[in-house]
Amino acid sequence: MESILKIEDLYIDYRVRRGLVKAVRGVSLEVYKGETLAIIGESGSGKTTLGLSIIKLLPSSARISQGKIWYQADGKKYEVVSLDGGKLRKFRWKEIAMVFQSALNAFNPVIRIWDHIVDTIDSHDVKITKEELRTKVLELLRLVQLDPDRVLRSYPHELSGGMRQRVLIALALLLDPNIIILDEPTTALDILSQRSIIELLKKIKKELNLTIILISHDLSLAAELADRVAVMYAGSLVEVGSVYDIFYRPLHPYTLGLIKAVPTVSTSFRELISIPGSPPDLIDLPPGCKFHPRCEYKKEECLREEPKLIGVFPNHYVACYRWEKIKDGKNN
Amino acid sequence: MEKIIELRNVNKFFTIGGGFFNPKKTLKVLENLNLSIRRGEILCLVGESGCGKTTTGKLIAGLIRPTSGEILFYGKDIWKMDKSEFKNYRRSVQIVHQDPYSSLNPVKTIYDTLSAPLLKHHIVSSNGQCEEKISELLEIVGLTPVEDFIYKYPHQLSGGQRQRVVIARALTLNPELIVADEAVSMLDVSIRLSIIRLLLSLKENFNMTFLFITHDLAMAKYFGWNGRIAVMYLGRIVEMGPTPKVLENPLHPYTKALLLAVPEADPEITRNKKVMELKSLDLPSLLNLPPGCRFSNRCPYMEPGKCDRIEPNLYEVEKEHYVACELYGRGV
Repeated sequence: MESILKIEDLYIDYRVRRGLVKAVRGVSLEVYKGETLAIIGESGSGKTTLGLSIIKLLPSSARISQGKIWYQADGKKYEVVSLDGGKLRKFRWKEIAMVFQSALNAFNPVIRIWDHIVDTIDSHDVKITKEELRTKVLELLRLVQLDPDRVLRSYPHELSGGMRQRVLIALALLLDPNIIILDEPTTALDILSQRSIIELLKKIKKELNLTIILISHDLSLAAELADRVAVMYAGSLVEVGSVYDIFYRPLHPYTLGLIKAVPTVSTSFRELISIPGSPPDLIDLPPGCKFHPRCEYKKEECLREEPKLIGVFPNHYVACYRWEKIKDGKNN
Repeated sequence: MEKIIELRNVNKFFTIGGGFFNPKKTLKVLENLNLSIRRGEILCLVGESGCGKTTTGKLIAGLIRPTSGEILFYGKDIWKMDKSEFKNYRRSVQIVHQDPYSSLNPVKTIYDTLSAPLLKHHIVSSNGQCEEKISELLEIVGLTPVEDFIYKYPHQLSGGQRQRVVIARALTLNPELIVADEAVSMLDVSIRLSIIRLLLSLKENFNMTFLFITHDLAMAKYFGWNGRIAVMYLGRIVEMGPTPKVLENPLHPYTKALLLAVPEADPEITRNKKVMELKSLDLPSLLNLPPGCRFSNRCPYMEPGKCDRIEPNLYEVEKEHYVACELYGRGV
């Protein structure tokens, strides 16, 4: 498989009054061309920070203290962390586009959708005539199953959440990026709108041969769309593997805990098991494995040193000393 | 079983507009709602945003007045009660809101938050008693050791802990019914289940009655498995019955569409679902409802001449299982 994005040993922290928030700690991850990779984790796990760093769009309080992000496609190669100025502006959107959380807030409420699109294009110095732009926009809106005449003349509040999300996806695709990052694309939406976004993402991935990075807290979205899943906890990746490995053969106690804690609708009724405790304070992390205070498999070694993410099966990586016990379903 | 709350032919209309350029319009948020909650049961109210489920919760908690119809508490119309009866009803029905970040006063400690209702309603007579009662409540909601929490401010707590405080506050007045409006939707996966467990323990230990309002079918299934579920669509109940019956043998096309649309946290199951193709992706506006059945313009089973003419009532198709769909009309 051809790699399109490679994150190497990335560390990001935020400076706040209480100290340093270690949002991303030593993440290494490869994204392959044409795949859908889901990054799942709970709030505060660092998944959104990681997503923002890929297009170097971190807020000013954040600092990348270490690490590199390599992007390579169509004979071009960039190192994102060191990109800036005009080069960075050309890189964002044209190579990698991002659809942000909460579709409602992404639009200027007092201008029409068409004006919003023109404004966005202008501020990115894209050389395109109005006619070309119009043709391209119409084509994309049809791709996302919207009626272009109605949508372009509308103000944001006249569109439903699902429609706004579809406009944002169309807008992200405007400059034919190779990668699209979606941060919680279905979170605020209703069930039927969620479904339409899911079906849409499946369709555009197939038609446009896109690479999709999906950032979500929602396991079911990953189960539905992802080829591979990366599980994040307290700023680090704790498990990376194919969607089937992650859901049916999890090796990290946190992944296992998440899967056991989520109810399903179609299967017969089953008891759920909750993960005790709550996620750690990112300013004052526990020693050793960051999950050990909540882990029922912990041993002394887990308190001493943080386990590294290692490959234990082909394409299946886990950061846990006790993974063999979890694989066998034994706790001793 | 005794009915704790009964809604008879309840309508709730809101008037919007009314400016010079904007003629007055009536928004029919709830129409002809008939519903009862029995003592000690769990009733789940599910539906998409705008279907009127929160309005129903507010009506039952007595926070808003219905436009017409009766809301009975143990057989007595709450809006015709005298002052002391109304006070007693208010104490007996408590509400837990969705967002634990905005439902607690940020400048009050947990002690202040919980002592106010206790003192106001003369449940305790001295400060010593008050502290005892608060310790007892915090123990019930699992905020232990109590000394670690009692003088903390909301910002010092995590989302899950705050929601526990909100639940403790709802319990101060020894209520019989708790209206939980999306009470776990904002919480992380690993925390959500522990709050659900807490609510279930209240039902078991204190025979608490619940109206559980949610858009999450899987959560409704888990929480309300031994209770009943009511599915709402655009201000009407379209299907109601014991939870296992409704979820395993859904009758209304809308319920079926929802169940087929929900993504599930299991790749095999979720990818093999046959999604129902709706005729329209978007929810019609309450101001512009289709004639007849309000799902008819999206329903793939729509029978012209029937469904677009008659607004269906709830029919009892099997014992306790009601559906509002002409396909199951009187002939069945």
